[in-house]
Amino acid sequence: MTGYILKRLVSAIPVLLGISVIVFLIMAMIPGDPATAILGSYATPENVEKLNRDLGLDQGLVPRYFIWLGHMVQGDFGRSFALNRPVLDEVLDRFGATLILAGTSFVLCSLLGVAAGVVSAARQYGWADKAITFVVLVGISIPSFFLGMMMILIFAVQLRWFPVSGMWPIYGDRTLWVLLDHLFMPALALAVVATGVIARLARSAMLEVLRQDFIRTARAKGVREGRVIWRHALRAAMVSIIPVLGIQAGFVLSGAVYIEMVFQWPGVGRMLVDAILKRDILLVQGGVVFIAACYVMFNIMVDVAQAMLDPRIKT
Amino acid sequence: MRGFLTLLARNRLALVGLIVIGCVALLALITPLLPLANPNVIDTPNRFQPPFSAGAVLGTDHLGRDLLSRLLWGTRLSLAMGLAAAMIAATIGSAIGIIAGYYGGRTDNVIMRGVDMLMGFPYILLALAIVAALGPGLMNALIAVAAVNVPFFARNIRGITVGIAHKEFVDAARLSGMRNRDIILSEVLPNVLPVIVIAMSTTVGWMILETAGLSFLGLGSQPPQADLGSMLGEARSALITHPHTSIVPGAMILVIVMGINLLGDGVRDALDPRLKSGALSRPMPATTVDRHGPVPTARTDSLLDIVGLRTEFRVRDRVYKAVGGVDLHVEQGECLGIIGESGSGKSVTALSVMGLVASPPGVITGGAVHFDGTDLIGAPYEVLRALRGRRVAYIFQDPLATLHPLYKVGDQLIEAIQTHDPLSKEAARIRAIDLLKSVRIPNAESRIDSYPYEMSGGMRQRVGIAMALANDPDVIIADEPTTALDVTVQAQILSVLSDLRRERGLAIIFITHDFGVVGQLCDRVAVMYAGQIVEEGPTEAVLRNPHHPYTSRLIDCVPTLGGGQRKLAAIPGLPPVVDRLPVGCAFAERCDKADPTCRADAIALMPTGAGRKTRCLFPETKQERIV
Ligand code: SF4
Repeated sequence: MTGYILKRLVSAIPVLLGISVIVFLIMAMIPGDPATAILGSYATPENVEKLNRDLGLDQGLVPRYFIWLGHMVQGDFGRSFALNRPVLDEVLDRFGATLILAGTSFVLCSLLGVAAGVVSAARQYGWADKAITFVVLVGISIPSFFLGMMMILIFAVQLRWFPVSGMWPIYGDRTLWVLLDHLFMPALALAVVATGVIARLARSAMLEVLRQDFIRTARAKGVREGRVIWRHALRAAMVSIIPVLGIQAGFVLSGAVYIEMVFQWPGVGRMLVDAILKRDILLVQGGVVFIAACYVMFNIMVDVAQAMLDPRIKT
Repeated sequence: MRGFLTLLARNRLALVGLIVIGCVALLALITPLLPLANPNVIDTPNRFQPPFSAGAVLGTDHLGRDLLSRLLWGTRLSLAMGLAAAMIAATIGSAIGIIAGYYGGRTDNVIMRGVDMLMGFPYILLALAIVAALGPGLMNALIAVAAVNVPFFARNIRGITVGIAHKEFVDAARLSGMRNRDIILSEVLPNVLPVIVIAMSTTVGWMILETAGLSFLGLGSQPPQADLGSMLGEARSALITHPHTSIVPGAMILVIVMGINLLGDGVRDALDPRLKSGALSRPMPATTVDRHGPVPTARTDSLLDIVGLRTEFRVRDRVYKAVGGVDLHVEQGECLGIIGESGSGKSVTALSVMGLVASPPGVITGGAVHFDGTDLIGAPYEVLRALRGRRVAYIFQDPLATLHPLYKVGDQLIEAIQTHDPLSKEAARIRAIDLLKSVRIPNAESRIDSYPYEMSGGMRQRVGIAMALANDPDVIIADEPTTALDVTVQAQILSVLSDLRRERGLAIIFITHDFGVVGQLCDRVAVMYAGQIVEEGPTEAVLRNPHHPYTSRLIDCVPTLGGGQRKLAAIPGLPPVVDRLPVGCAFAERCDKADPTCRADAIALMPTGAGRKTRCLFPETKQERIV
């Protein structure tokens, strides 16, 4: 297994390079002089000249890319001029908040989605199946940002069950309980769409598996139906569900941008949007590369999980 | 196409979606003609008017602008943006996909690498990077959303194109000297176009949502122009004080996306042929029983007595009578063979005993299965489950498909033991090893930790037998256990079974289409044809002197043990389709002795000698056999 993990890690290197090329090319589309664009209102002649020298901006695209890549490998993502601090520091500061939000959401949508899909398949055409199918349809149709706003309106403003927004209260202790209280609504709002997608997929994967011969074997052995469904069938269905969990993680991460805006969550998504509006190019660039790299790593974890689940995958 | 449209129309939800989308699209189209207030006229004194106030049906926003007017104009803009993004993405993506798929080789490789790379991004990162480079704005948001969706089209269309690029008509065009560009335009494109359109229709909702999302973040349409997303974004600051300004545009997005999703689901269902046949139903824990009239009582005190069993498959409006009134019994320690071609109902008969016929579509409509004083057909699920594997166990045909692929065989054996016997895991493991030894698996101690895919077919089937033996059952029902195996392995498995039977006094019901196997193992044999027993008797007597013409044909085409499927071809004609059974003898079509009386009326199973019964008006005689 360790060999397999190492192999997957090595195979991630070209993907990471590809990502850096793509981001670099997109940023190269910026019209006008790059140094002026990056510096914005700080573009004094001295600053422009210094930046040109540091980033090799006066050179061709290829040397520029390698200079940029070299800096990044050393952990230097550049400096945000709007915030006047290194990009990486800012990204790392914000990343924790995003990780808590998106991670919780991902766990929520995986558990709820798979459970809903399994119940739906096991009770096919029953009332539970119909109810779940309907809720799922609404869930995948509602924009997460609108859902978040409605949740604030109902559960925070009307019912006062949860705080309106933010990650921590302005005053008071930062306990786990306080965090959970703030986390619940945004995490749920973020999870809804992915839950729906996963539930749909889990349902059809389960239906597919339940028709297979080994399910009949389990039943012929006299195994209890609950065990047939949750052990025999689900285990086999997970083989096709897990890759979709990996894809949905990408959507959760994407949705986090909206949810962070709606709930004033101090994460990377909000940082990126603010940076775009302030034209803080280097911050955007660093943030995008960092998150994309994390996502690549996450997908390796998904592959490893898949290999652990399915002995037929050669490790 | 017509069939597709009617199927779509039959799906009520899809129809609702279509109507909703139609209405919204129509409203968006005629917006400029409607007597609406100017959406951009600011009237600050009248800001935040509630809905239904004079002059503003939906109220006004934070600048006093008429919400209804802004909503309709915003919808128009959102729909247009989504559509435009879908068109751009579809055009560019399909072009890339067609080129990659058509040229193949290195071109394909390089392009698809890039596409995979792009798909590895969480989509919004890519969109944000593009907007960051180009600057916020309506057009740039549109470009970003389209660009993010290009890989999706490229990958899908490439898949389709690869299939088409190797078709005869493309080869023919190439040989006739047509240029690649012309082939793509005249031969390939028309064939992938429907797929492109469908892919577009399923993603357009998504693109509307994405463009609205970017506008919501303030990166899309810029004031005063507003789409639904930026309306929602602007209203957010007044969410708590004046929620209607948020609810109006948000609800509209919800309606649009939901309508598109409903329609998309309908399209998908209409295109998925598996749903048409209803094959995607999952089988219930036990076969549905729909029995009318009195339950037949046991005829004898046999261990297992099947009386008048009827099982049918109900698929849509058709009924396939797979088993049409079967009587069978097995005694303690006896081996009964059931033989017939595939589709004769022999497996369905066997599976009906323990309610294992897939249901839906299977339904048991009549008869009884008496086992040890209980009628299994009418028994509640829990009773049935407690008997499954403990008193009556099954061995199935293809052990690669019938063993769970992801569990070690040992764990599957231990589960079989523990299901009926509260043993500790260690004790169950010891017993599992014993079981593996009893079916002559070498190195049972290490084999127990193998996965099914690591074993040979013969070894797997031994595991299947060991699993059936796990709880010392009284009856084993073996459903073609040797059919998937080659001849030598088949012989080994048969000898394992016949030894076990002698040692343990097992009753076996052995289902096969091979008279050679029956001759080796079975005391008695029942021949099935079109869901009925046509002949029954002691194996030797039947083999030596078959009474039913069908039996004698079956025997004639068994040269040696285990000829596989080949011999079936030796009987001319096919068994009748069981949803259109003839009134008289079901074999009449293929019988050379058939006579009008054979087709006139149902034929009864009549005694024809010691322990023998035959369903034929003109049973075979010895003389005919010799000739
Ligand atoms: S009943 Fe008639 S048609 Fe049927 S098998 Fe006998 S002889 Fe042939």
